[in-house]
Amino acid sequence: MTSATSHFALDHEEALIFDLGDTQRSGVDLPPPPAHKSRLGNAARTAEIGLPGLSEPEAVRHYTRLSRKNYAIDMGVFPLGSCTMKHNPRLNEKMARLPGFADIHPLQPMSTVQGALELMELLAHWLTTLTGMPAVALSPKAGAHGELCGLMAIRAAHEARGDARKVVLVPESAHGTNPATAALCGYEVKSIPANARGRVDVEALKAALSREVAALMLTNPNTCGLFENDILAIAKAVHDIGAYFYCDGANFNAIVGRVRPGDLGVDAMHINLHKTFSTPHGGGGPGSGPVVLSAALQSFAPLPYVVRDGEQLRLVEQRDAAAQNFGRLSAFHGQMGMYVRALAYMMSHGADGLRRVAEDAVLNANYVLASLKDVMSASFEGPCMHEALFDDRFLKDTGVSTLDFAKAMIDAGYHPMTMYFPLVVHGALLIEPTESESKASLDVFIDDMRELALAAKAGDAARFTAAPLHAPRRRLDETQAARKPVLRWEKQA
Amino acid sequence: MRYLPLSDGDRTAMLARIGVSRVDDLYRDVPASVLLDKPVNLPPAQGEMAVERVLSRLSARNVAAGSAPFFVGAGAYKHHVPASVDHLIQRGEFLTSYTPYQPEIAQGTLQYLFEFQTQVAMLTGMEVANASMYDGSTACAEAVLMARRVTKRKKAIISGGLHPQYGDVVKTATAFTDDELIINPPAVAAPDDLAALIDGETSCVVVQNPSFFGHVVDLRPLAQAAQAKGALLIVVVTEVVSLGAVMSPGEMGADIVVGEGQSIGNGLTFGGPYLGLFATRQKYMRQMPGRLCGETVDVDGRRGFVLTLSTREQHIRREKATSNICTNSGLCSLAFTIHMSLLGEAGLRRLAVINHERACRLAEALSALPGVTVVNDTFFNEFTVRLPRAASDVVEELAARGVLGGVPVSRLLPGETFADLLLVAATETAGDEDQDAFVAALREVL
Repeated sequence: MTSATSHFALDHEEALIFDLGDTQRSGVDLPPPPAHKSRLGNAARTAEIGLPGLSEPEAVRHYTRLSRKNYAIDMGVFPLGSCTMKHNPRLNEKMARLPGFADIHPLQPMSTVQGALELMELLAHWLTTLTGMPAVALSPKAGAHGELCGLMAIRAAHEARGDARKVVLVPESAHGTNPATAALCGYEVKSIPANARGRVDVEALKAALSREVAALMLTNPNTCGLFENDILAIAKAVHDIGAYFYCDGANFNAIVGRVRPGDLGVDAMHINLHKTFSTPHGGGGPGSGPVVLSAALQSFAPLPYVVRDGEQLRLVEQRDAAAQNFGRLSAFHGQMGMYVRALAYMMSHGADGLRRVAEDAVLNANYVLASLKDVMSASFEGPCMHEALFDDRFLKDTGVSTLDFAKAMIDAGYHPMTMYFPLVVHGALLIEPTESESKASLDVFIDDMRELALAAKAGDAARFTAAPLHAPRRRLDETQAARKPVLRWEKQA
Repeated sequence: MRYLPLSDGDRTAMLARIGVSRVDDLYRDVPASVLLDKPVNLPPAQGEMAVERVLSRLSARNVAAGSAPFFVGAGAYKHHVPASVDHLIQRGEFLTSYTPYQPEIAQGTLQYLFEFQTQVAMLTGMEVANASMYDGSTACAEAVLMARRVTKRKKAIISGGLHPQYGDVVKTATAFTDDELIINPPAVAAPDDLAALIDGETSCVVVQNPSFFGHVVDLRPLAQAAQAKGALLIVVVTEVVSLGAVMSPGEMGADIVVGEGQSIGNGLTFGGPYLGLFATRQKYMRQMPGRLCGETVDVDGRRGFVLTLSTREQHIRREKATSNICTNSGLCSLAFTIHMSLLGEAGLRRLAVINHERACRLAEALSALPGVTVVNDTFFNEFTVRLPRAASDVVEELAARGVLGGVPVSRLLPGETFADLLLVAATETAGDEDQDAFVAALREVL
């Protein structure tokens, strides 16, 4: 089918840069430097590095060809549950590239970056207003980094009152980052089971609460796509024993503008700007995870933060003796490029539009749920929030697994939904359409999903187990990759 | 609303299929007392033009690096980035894709990560590198935690030449563990001697090269001293362009190399998003934090790439993971790898020499000013000068004259001791005219 060079119509096989380029070629013209006396001491480089260079046309073609081997939101439905793959407005990209944001140094005099500090102040105002919380720490660089920020603040608050605690409670449906973060903060992790309705088992939670417990880390809406309807009682029980309520805000998109986490009793919550506020996922980052904090925790916020002295804005970058903040999470001031994008997104939608974002995201997910639940197995009764959770009961005895089903979705032109997460149901399929999908697009998606589900039940297992057939690669041998890791190119001897 | 495709008619039809009459029925699990019935107190939706106007006005209140003679560094550097880099990273297939968990339709991302890992390993002189971390400072903290896992020891020795904010991040990461940090006093005039501090309890020695104050050091003796006691040498590189001119940390004997990759492909952006580099020896591969991309084959035997060794990571190991990190700096690593592919070895080496020459020229000119001394014997593209007055006042006065003249050390290390020290960086963007303007302005304000 393919040509002698393995190209196939628009899909070109592409070699590695190490096979395409060489160490003498360059796509950058630089003038030879004037003669000078080296000040490198006895540490000048003599050894070859081995880095290949490409001319500009070669580089543009290489990366353009590679790009075409990726699925992306721009190409089609990307219903990856828990990841909120919404449209990334291009205005945001343009704004982030304004020279007054993209080309300023974190340590140039504060008098020369007043507009940047004002943007941070404005973003903080939007985030605190939307969440009903008094303060926000902007600097965390991603969601998991925000979790670290929140738990560090909690730990600092307990220690400040001489009440060091040892345990963090984490529901079993939580993202893996929650227990990993708690462990990083030196806490022992205790898992709380889910009840038959996909929510935290409140009785089990109450039984686990003690004076040893520092915090509950709870995702709400949770990773089953359900709102924790006992949330107020949960928050009260947590506060009653002197613990704090950390909310994983990964699913804030379902409730933005409709529910303020501050009203739920939350003490700290990270907001993934790359989910709810549309900063691009970029193939795995960069993210941004500001953390809103309650009155009880706000004085423990990390450095730096912006303060206003009359007309002038100023970054507080050093810890003074009186301050209770727990220190610094990263060099400099956080993900400015993401702040600009997120603020452009918020301003574009406004208070009314953000509310509509949540409602349309929830409506789209429920539309998918209602349209598929007769052919796929919905894990829980009732409406969902922004994502619909199915399990693999509908595939029982078909010889088709959740993985096979996902791979067949690739052949049908989709990025698969999140699979095998959350862990509380068997063979999970978690579908999050987001508010960016039109009804027409969802109708086609639903038709395709129904057709796949019916084909599986009709015994066409081979179509699934062989899939994908039409992607740039078919199934890859992950066992070999892990058993004999090849993490870099090596020059052939 | 331009980003929301549903019409009111669509919404009605969809609610009907779901079997409810209003969208609030879908929020029935939310306690009624907390479900907002009107928008929060923030401005309403705005069109592109209106948003652009507000943000452009904020942007205009900042002095862009490219609009002034510019000599600010201290861990973030202004370099020229070829136009094709930003064009390519804005392709939707890169920009709007996710972490490559479905490798069959993410070979684009996976292949560039494999290429990126190889470039980082080559540059640092190490055997393996990961697919990137948040930034250099968090990579540095992760390296200290990794050294503890590898050596099963708890004492980390931090050089006084490490960027003070990197040191602060390490402190944060170990605040609630029983790790012991020995932080050496700032090493202004010369690199500090750490070998004598290493003992049988030491997990690692963390040293920056070129140092925060600009000194370039041959770390081979320190590597030997660390190795003799079973401690790991962690080398931090905050200016990755230096690796084109300075002996690689791997060649010097480093066990872990972390760095800030911003200089290649990525703009200053007020401090983020940046790009953490992380490289180590093959034998420590399974103790690394972060994502790793590996080569394999598909069922047809064709070469392909996947994320691998994920049993180290939080989504599998949960509280036993090597790190809680979930994202990397995907798009920043793409910008890095494209820029590096354009430079190639010849381009990088020339770029490094140009940077060094620019700094040599500026150091000479500044040291000719009365009362100004360059404290460094060695440096790459950044050095420390001692001024006759407080550096924090001097930079403000320079800024008033339209020159961004460096970082007062006191901004990062408060206290009288460092008040007269100024860090000055000169990259390929600091032409003769800009340098001369800087020197003339400094002569005036002093």
